[in-house]
Amino acid sequence: MKHIKTCNKATLKESMKKGGCGECQTSCQSACKTSCTVANQKCERV
Amino acid sequence: MIHQFTIDNTNIVLDVYSGAVHEVDDMTRDLIKELGKKPEQKEIPANILEKLSEKYPEEELKEAYEDILELSEEDLLFSEDPYSEYAKHWHKNSVVKAMCLHIAHDCNLRCKYCFAGTGNYEGQRGLMSLEVGKKAIDFVIKNSGNRRNIEIDFFGGEPLLNFDVVKGIVEYAREEEKKYNKNFRFTITTNGILLDEDKKKYINENMVNIVLSLDGRKEVNDRMRQRVDGTGCYDSIVGKFLDIAESRGQDNYYVRGTFTRHNLDFAEDVLHFADLGFKQVSVEPVVAEKTEDYALQEEDLPAIYDEYEKLAIEYVKRRKEGKGFNFFHFMIDLEGGPCVAKRLSGCGSGHEYIAVTPDGDIYPCHQFVGDESMKMGDVFSGTMDEKIKTMFESSNVYTKPKCADCFAKFYCSGGCPANAYKYCGDINEPLEMSCKLQQKRVECALYCAVKFQQMKEEQGE
Repeated sequence: MKHIKTCNKATLKESMKKGGCGECQTSCQSACKTSCTVANQKCERV
Repeated sequence: MIHQFTIDNTNIVLDVYSGAVHEVDDMTRDLIKELGKKPEQKEIPANILEKLSEKYPEEELKEAYEDILELSEEDLLFSEDPYSEYAKHWHKNSVVKAMCLHIAHDCNLRCKYCFAGTGNYEGQRGLMSLEVGKKAIDFVIKNSGNRRNIEIDFFGGEPLLNFDVVKGIVEYAREEEKKYNKNFRFTITTNGILLDEDKKKYINENMVNIVLSLDGRKEVNDRMRQRVDGTGCYDSIVGKFLDIAESRGQDNYYVRGTFTRHNLDFAEDVLHFADLGFKQVSVEPVVAEKTEDYALQEEDLPAIYDEYEKLAIEYVKRRKEGKGFNFFHFMIDLEGGPCVAKRLSGCGSGHEYIAVTPDGDIYPCHQFVGDESMKMGDVFSGTMDEKIKTMFESSNVYTKPKCADCFAKFYCSGGCPANAYKYCGDINEPLEMSCKLQQKRVECALYCAVKFQQMKEEQGE
């Protein structure tokens, strides 16, 4: 494609099929404690 | 739903429901804006072609339209919401997997913005006993179901005021985890005043993460983070923090600051940390009553937005120059980030994540401590208030009306429930100011991710 460059494989919908295993870190424990950011958490399965 | 934005002449399109991130040229940006929704016909609509051909060549516009059409058909642009039904019928069956232990409701600092009321959470100052700590470990084991990984955060007040109990709890948890096939992961948050060689050694051997509280430049830090006698703490802790960061291989820690209305140029504080040599940095907006002189106000937003953008551009530049560092709020993994279930449900407060006070009382999270109406039980009785638990458990991005049209919802999962409850009276009513800051941070984080992707390609990875 000349005009659009797609930067990722967009796996969001795929991840719905697996469901959440819940083994990942709780977002508030890592650093924030006052805001809620989940997108920077790592998946334990990857 | 899509969201388009431009930072430093880089046009980015986020396809919200697929998570696809695209970089587009100016012409395609304008074309997507004109289209406004999923293209329905094979050819570019005549009215749009006519309008945009004043600025761009017709042939190029037709090509760009074909690109848009192709991505739409692949569900990577203008994709529709596939999660709403899933969310409606979602039964989480949560178990408790993380606990914030308020090891000390006392502090050796009197930081002016402290949400814990300078350490005591509007209650009596006090330290957790080992007995309460052990009961908390028993409680989390009993309530964690099949989850193997359990996180314990030693929090305060200042946890180092009660370090022997911290050690006792770690020792006890290590014994118990073997019996119940659990894996405890410990984190500690500290202001550093009491940090010494022995404690450093112990923390490095036993804690997967340490959060080091410091706000940035000396004058910024010392204005808000003061001892009881009013003197600032920067000089006595910055060296210790650098030392412990280095001793952990510059990983598995955060130097974590708060910015307020007094330092709207907070990018300078982030860069100050980077200049000192810290590689893991988090600086976050203060959450406070609007009447406080340090509280961020609506009118500050343009300056804060500019500051985040400025930081993002510098962040990328430094990474390119081999002087990179991690800024917590700009870290987004476009390929291997959290699953949708995590993105919908968020921090887990009140059902997966709870806070325990020095007396053993249970609250939905550290920010609710002191609000009697939110007390969920105690570690001695071993039960939690089901009504409060259900309220948190049933909350997700789709129970928050304000999130419906927001592009950032799968990055913040609907914001902090504690802020929502405290300032809007309902955990499903996100705090507007927090949303606006979060949206800007997500844009900046996506910009950084796109730029880092380019760097990788340029380096031939």
